[in-house]
Amino acid sequence: MYEGALADLIEELGRLPGVGPKSAQRIAFHILSADAHDVDRLSDALKRVKQLVRVCEICYNVSEEERCRICRDGRRTDENICVVEESKDVIAVERTGEFRGRYHVLGGAINPLEGIGPDNLRIRELMTRLQAGETKELILATDPNTEGEATATYLALLVKPMGITVSRLASGLPVGGDLEYADEVTLGRAFEGRRVLD
Amino acid sequence: MHVRRFELIDFRSYPHVVVDLEPGPSVLVGPNGAGKTNLVEALGYLATLGSHRVSADAPLVRAGAEKAILRALIAHEGRELIAELELVPGKANRARLGRQPLPRARDILGALRVILFAPEDLALIRGEPAERRRFLDDLLVARHPRYAGVRADYDRVLKQRNTLLRTAYLARKVTGRRQASDSGDLRTLEAWDKQLAEYGSELLAGRLSLVEALAPYVTKAYDAVSQGKGRAAVAYKSSLDDERGTLTADRELITAKMLNALAAARDAEIDRGSTLVGPQRDDIALQLGDLPAKGYASHGESWSYALALRLASYDLLRAEGIEPVLILDDVFAELDATRRDRLAELLDGAAQVLVTCAVAGDVPAALTGARYDVAEGEVRRVV
Repeated sequence: MYEGALADLIEELGRLPGVGPKSAQRIAFHILSADAHDVDRLSDALKRVKQLVRVCEICYNVSEEERCRICRDGRRTDENICVVEESKDVIAVERTGEFRGRYHVLGGAINPLEGIGPDNLRIRELMTRLQAGETKELILATDPNTEGEATATYLALLVKPMGITVSRLASGLPVGGDLEYADEVTLGRAFEGRRVLD
Repeated sequence: MHVRRFELIDFRSYPHVVVDLEPGPSVLVGPNGAGKTNLVEALGYLATLGSHRVSADAPLVRAGAEKAILRALIAHEGRELIAELELVPGKANRARLGRQPLPRARDILGALRVILFAPEDLALIRGEPAERRRFLDDLLVARHPRYAGVRADYDRVLKQRNTLLRTAYLARKVTGRRQASDSGDLRTLEAWDKQLAEYGSELLAGRLSLVEALAPYVTKAYDAVSQGKGRAAVAYKSSLDDERGTLTADRELITAKMLNALAAARDAEIDRGSTLVGPQRDDIALQLGDLPAKGYASHGESWSYALALRLASYDLLRAEGIEPVLILDDVFAELDATRRDRLAELLDGAAQVLVTCAVAGDVPAALTGARYDVAEGEVRRVV
């Protein structure tokens, strides 16, 4: 077994998501043998991310300022809000370049097994935003799993009576893939969501 | 479909074993505890992702080993395919098909189809409804592998919903309030209801059409096995059905019925802290003559009934163009000479039949194809 600082580092690394004991050990030895300057940069980055990064007061996306880059952008429309589970989902939708509205980051999905209910998510904050009356369409882009679907259904029940259009991202076939390799659930959903060609 | 070769690494008692098989009947002979059942259990696992003997995976991995590997070379319609499964207790299984890793282990379902008949099947007749539901669902997946996904999604939603109800039940107990809307989280019940009804109706519709297709085969198989002594009839018993049993495999109708039933049961569900509506509460009624088989059938009749259910499954899949591998695990010792011969006749022309037994003489002459001796972790072809 390792001792002292090295053991501490391995233990801390091992607590990171996706890092098992073997990987933790490998990373620890990499750090140990790395240039002191490189290690300083890493530890600085770690400290700064905690000091500087917070969440946007409007959409709860990660930001270094009170309002995030997207909420500050005057060229974007307030009429559409896209609801996602995590900040990383904002990046995913942004990469498409298709969406010119604003976002709302819930901070997770309804998951009773993990004790997460609507009150643990930023749903009340979303309702406050919607009450401002600017929003015409709410796009639900929660994950296509049981928890994400339940969250979407819950939000739809809550928001529809307000007269706002509620839409859900389509789930279907990956572009550029082969039909024969699609799993049954995906293919089944794609069938349900098929559209008429004009 | 037949298995041409299979290989086990650290599965049960086997550090490593390779068995080459041929189409038609093969008999695995060995004394009790030699590991015959372990071999066929592995094939059953590869086909259903479950063992017919235990519910947890830990006993399947050889003591001291980290993981078990099951590999089979399957010949089907002139093509050969390697299906491989890696079992790591406490973790998700990993599957490969033709060397290609699959995103989910359940995507391997359908590569190998097996109908397995074993002494444990007596519980299909005498045991709890859960045994019969598992029988149906496994057959449903063998018939249409996409139901594995439906079943997994349904189980997931059910688990989430039960947790929610359990929380609401505890909240009600603490506060003493009886209002259904008393707990904040309870408002999300409606969101789960929708998914429960969606997946539940799909599963239920699948089971209903399966039982409808299976029923005539059960009657026929029981008649053949028992030589005309008694008439077996099976029917699906849904908690959503009315007295006359008019429920049909119409998904929209079932969804509506489920949503209605959920709304009606809301208060009772919170009182019990558990979901009271859905296919997880259903059963198959097994009738023998005018009486239910459970509680009334004799030991011999129960055996014949269990065998008839498996044979009917086999016949149904065959009639639909799926030629599964049939496994008869240690069952000949339980059947009398005439039943043994009848069974052998019924299996004439099967693509592949694997039989395990302790005494070679128990197996009817018609089923003696290739013979393998199983002893001390080794499998040796003798004839």
